[in-house]
Amino acid sequence: MQSAAQYLLEDAGEGGQRLVLSGHLTLAAIGPLERALRTLETSVTAIDLAEVEEIDTVGAWVVLRVAREHDSAITGASPEAERLFAALRDIDAEGDTHPHRLPMWERVPLAVGEKVFGARGGVYGVVAFFGQILIAAASLLRRPRRFPFKALIHQMELVGVTALPIIGLMSFLIGIVIAQQGSVQLEQFGAEALTVNLVGRITLRELGVLMTAIMVAGRSGSAFAAQLGTMKLTEEIDAMRTIGISPVEVLVIPRILAATFMMILLGFFAALMAIIGGAVVGQFALGIPFFTFLLRIQEVVPTHDLWVGLIKAPVFGLIVALAGCFHGMQVHGNSEEVGRRTTMAVVSAIFAVIVLDAFFALFFTEIGWG
Amino acid sequence: MKVNAHPDDGQPVIVVEGLVNTFGEHAVHDGLDLTVRRGEILGVVGGSGTGKSVLMRSIIGLQRPSAGRIDVLGRCITESDLEQGIGVRRRWGILFQGGALFSTLTVGENVEVPIKKYYPDLDPEFRAEIARYKVMLTGLPEDAVQKFPSELSGGMKKRAGLARALALDPELLFLDEPTAGLDPIGAAKFDRLTRELKETLGLTVFLITHDLDTLYEICDRVAVIAEKKIIAIGTIPELIATGHPWIEEYFNGPRGRSAQATHMRGDSA
Repeated sequence: MQSAAQYLLEDAGEGGQRLVLSGHLTLAAIGPLERALRTLETSVTAIDLAEVEEIDTVGAWVVLRVAREHDSAITGASPEAERLFAALRDIDAEGDTHPHRLPMWERVPLAVGEKVFGARGGVYGVVAFFGQILIAAASLLRRPRRFPFKALIHQMELVGVTALPIIGLMSFLIGIVIAQQGSVQLEQFGAEALTVNLVGRITLRELGVLMTAIMVAGRSGSAFAAQLGTMKLTEEIDAMRTIGISPVEVLVIPRILAATFMMILLGFFAALMAIIGGAVVGQFALGIPFFTFLLRIQEVVPTHDLWVGLIKAPVFGLIVALAGCFHGMQVHGNSEEVGRRTTMAVVSAIFAVIVLDAFFALFFTEIGWG
Repeated sequence: MKVNAHPDDGQPVIVVEGLVNTFGEHAVHDGLDLTVRRGEILGVVGGSGTGKSVLMRSIIGLQRPSAGRIDVLGRCITESDLEQGIGVRRRWGILFQGGALFSTLTVGENVEVPIKKYYPDLDPEFRAEIARYKVMLTGLPEDAVQKFPSELSGGMKKRAGLARALALDPELLFLDEPTAGLDPIGAAKFDRLTRELKETLGLTVFLITHDLDTLYEICDRVAVIAEKKIIAIGTIPELIATGHPWIEEYFNGPRGRSAQATHMRGDSA
């Protein structure tokens, strides 16, 4: 094991002292010595290094610092140590390594102000993004041959077909839970038979579409943001622009259309799976035969419940896709931003979907589709 | 008295014997041997995809080789578990290609990370002081210490990465394409810095590069990877004398010639 760095003070006359250092002046061994030298009271006129066994830049730095503070001469240094001194002599390392931080009374108003201005920029960004989409859509309508069919089909597969298993399973389980929990409550009024109404209406009107929208936001909205964000970082989108391809036309429009269309199908599929889940509970727990349950659905669920779900679905799909693409296209700077924007895309999409769902609920009740 | 207790005695610092690295069916290295001597700057060259980076990753223990033995600073890397710490890691520093700085920390805090890890008892002020002088030792301005990596240019990031690699006063320094992506002036400055640091701190440097100027200016020896092995190692004239067609093309191509010409001019001036 290395012997620690040590020091000794000798009287050098004229009220000054000679600091004799010995041992290993290296990062591994210098800790205690550095602490002692920092609080040295007496004045040091000379530093003797003749007994030092080993020195690295940290040791040299400490020696130089003492020499600078006490204006003392260094003796007995080896050529190697001299080289280290020469490299370090002109460096002044006073200060801190942490980022600059403003005092609280400045930081808080600054953060609030930045948020306000950021919100203005955000609104501007959203409006500009809508504008870009409209322009791209108009130019595609004028030249339909440029329409990216392949990309659209590909995105429809990713958003729709590959989501079928997870959305099917999720809805099936939700149907089971609603039927089972609902029947327990309805039993108290002797109205178990109304479980069919409960499952049929709530899944077609509300849960089928809403849960699917949340799932699509998590699966596809996040993917849109991350894909487009990464493409912005790797300058793929800039490359497209320079070639004369509109990234909104080939990237954003197919994703938005795919999510809008597939949400209709997925929402309907989710409602069906939930009803099947309810029917399974009916068969095994409520004593309603499976097919009787399905037939009863036809009788007790008004057709407008289906329309409510089918009207909401594309709107939710549009919102999820818009949020994903918008945040993806806003990425700039570093990879951290991709993660931040992906999170924002999912959170804002789900929030907007739920707020809109509340408005839809009031609206449809008001027009008599209650 | 000695610096870092390692004179330029030509003792081997890295010994690679019979290294085999296979990815699936594809063998990158097959029976590769290499020795790096203490106190030298060894340049490693080879075409793209010949496994220069894989070799470095094997030596520093990030890539477990399929077969072979690697000794670094007298310890066997291939038989020990790096995660458990074998004391070798505090004796080397590594500069990754992009700098690989921790993006949530400032440059100074980046340099403090290894010091904090291995010497937690040091006073925080002293640690900050060490980090600051290391950053400035690599030629960065003082205000760079408190900046985040995202606020730095590519060349500054490399210098900051070098400062972190030097944080523990290592004996052995690994540089992965240190001058790639730098402008010629920045690259030349970085070369000079590497040479100066090597001489002041008595480092051994393992350097992967495509930069012919770097090879001519600062490398003591150059190792050529091709055909899954080190096909030649030595000074550049020695390499050219082997007459291997790839080496011939590498050093006597138009770029090789101009780098050589620059080097000659620099010597005579």
